Amino acid sequence: MLAIEADTLRRTYTSRTGWPRSRRTETEAVRGVTFEVKPGELFGLLGPNGAGKTTTIKMLNTLLLPTSGTARVFGHDVARDPVAVRRRIGYVFGGDRGLYDRLSALDNLRYFAELYGVAARDQKRRIAELLDLVGLVGREKERVEGYSRGMRQRLHIARGLLHHPDVLFLDEPSIGVDPVAARDLRRTVADLAAAGTTVLLTTHYMAEADELCDRIAVIAGGRIRALGTPGSLKSRVGDRDVLDIEAYGAGDEVIDRVRRVPGVRGASVEDRGAVQTVSVQTDRGAELHAPVLAAFDGVRLGRVVSREPSLEDAYIAIVEEAAGSAAPEGVPA
Amino acid sequence: MIRVLRLIGVGVRTHVSYMSRSPIEITFAVLVPLVYATLAVYLFRAAGDPDRLLTASVGAGLMGIWGSVLFGSGGAVQNQRWLGTLETLVVAPTPLALVLLPITLATAVIGTYAMGATVLWGVLLFGVPLDFAHPLLFLVAVPVCVLALGMMGLLLAATFVLLRNANALANPLDTPVWLLSGLLVPVTVLPAWTHPVSWALPTTWGARAVHAATSGGDVITPLLTAAALGAGYALAAVLVLGRVERRARAAATLALA
Repeated sequence: MLAIEADTLRRTYTSRTGWPRSRRTETEAVRGVTFEVKPGELFGLLGPNGAGKTTTIKMLNTLLLPTSGTARVFGHDVARDPVAVRRRIGYVFGGDRGLYDRLSALDNLRYFAELYGVAARDQKRRIAELLDLVGLVGREKERVEGYSRGMRQRLHIARGLLHHPDVLFLDEPSIGVDPVAARDLRRTVADLAAAGTTVLLTTHYMAEADELCDRIAVIAGGRIRALGTPGSLKSRVGDRDVLDIEAYGAGDEVIDRVRRVPGVRGASVEDRGAVQTVSVQTDRGAELHAPVLAAFDGVRLGRVVSREPSLEDAYIAIVEEAAGSAAPEGVPA
Repeated sequence: MIRVLRLIGVGVRTHVSYMSRSPIEITFAVLVPLVYATLAVYLFRAAGDPDRLLTASVGAGLMGIWGSVLFGSGGAVQNQRWLGTLETLVVAPTPLALVLLPITLATAVIGTYAMGATVLWGVLLFGVPLDFAHPLLFLVAVPVCVLALGMMGLLLAATFVLLRNANALANPLDTPVWLLSGLLVPVTVLPAWTHPVSWALPTTWGARAVHAATSGGDVITPLLTAAALGAGYALAAVLVLGRVERRARAAATLALA
């Protein structure tokens, strides 16, 4: 039996604005998403903000009803049989919210252990196991409001695992977490998957997805644009070379000029304070150093590095391709 | 059954302890009933009713409990939404009614303080004599009244799950309900057309029982009526919550955005 089956899932949000004559606005956040996840698989859902990742997860974990389509978790329909689904899933999301700040980690876990139906005789042992797993032993009696974001995130994971869920939904768990805490988090997730828990992970961090996921679906504009192993996604851009160029003050017109250089397949910019890293994808073996650098005319440049394409390059190529084919507006995440 | 009772117990303890750690909530919980009590005593004195000052203090206490339940239920659901915990509560395999019941009971428990505070305030500041007609029945009537109010809070909380701005609904319900329930002044002084509404509110019967225990009269009948109506409200809340949860999942109102 499959762990997760999503079949042409759609979700439309309706909002009303204005008074007394209200205007109804419909936004299609997810537009027919289909995928399957096998038991024990670690499946990644990648996409830009507003792509529909969180909406998809919330339909699968019973928090939102699909507008159309069906989804099942271990054979239980998420719309018709939510309680059976909830017994088998854990849900962990990123950020500061979702915990009782003025209570200790122990009080939070005790309360959720009751809600998740952990037998009274097992609670103490299970909570101790989880505190150990997420490295909060010794800090469990402190109020959560004094915790760092990394500690909160670990507590979230402990909460999500209280009832030994078969499927764990992790919605951007490493958002805002420092690199060391993020590494620990990745290790915990990898261990869970190795122990047989099915994990559905959404993230913005490509290295995280590349390291952890067995398969990845790239979602953009509410549709799945690519689905495969990290290796197969990378091979989509296997016919390309990548130039990483450090630039200081390259505006949109400069990047457009770079994109128009013959042989350039795409360009993206990452701002890091005063310096920008411009990643330029070119046809493999085209040797476009000179014309690409010439397109930066007048912009101060730093280091220029030529490298093999990564999962991030594949992701950017897929998302840019999707943006070129359709540009949905105001789609919530 | 034991699991349900344990869940309710742990839930009430968790939420009472969470609510009692907010300085602003504590300030309001402490001060508002005392303001009610002061106003009530002066109103009864001005009306030439000095013999019923204890009734005034007790009435102010009931108003305090109702305020705590009303704003507590609306505020609790809204607070869960703000904390981001409403989604983690809903995604738990426990029925939503059993998740919300401890929250509303916790608000009622916190509100019970109001009764003690207003009576004590009356004694200390205005020299109100503690001459309860049925002191033991008073000690039974108050918890039953608190429970009945908690059940009413559960039904309110059910509707508040659907509304992102639940507090807005709580505000206009405050004064009408305590007026219609006769918490401070008897419902008999209100227009006759309001009486059926009053009779349908567990608060009316709970208040009647508490007032009867204070100043004399039949305590048992209104007490049982309050308990029965409270149970009816709880049943209605359980029935409504199944539909409400489904609507909230369809309308996407469980999260803030």
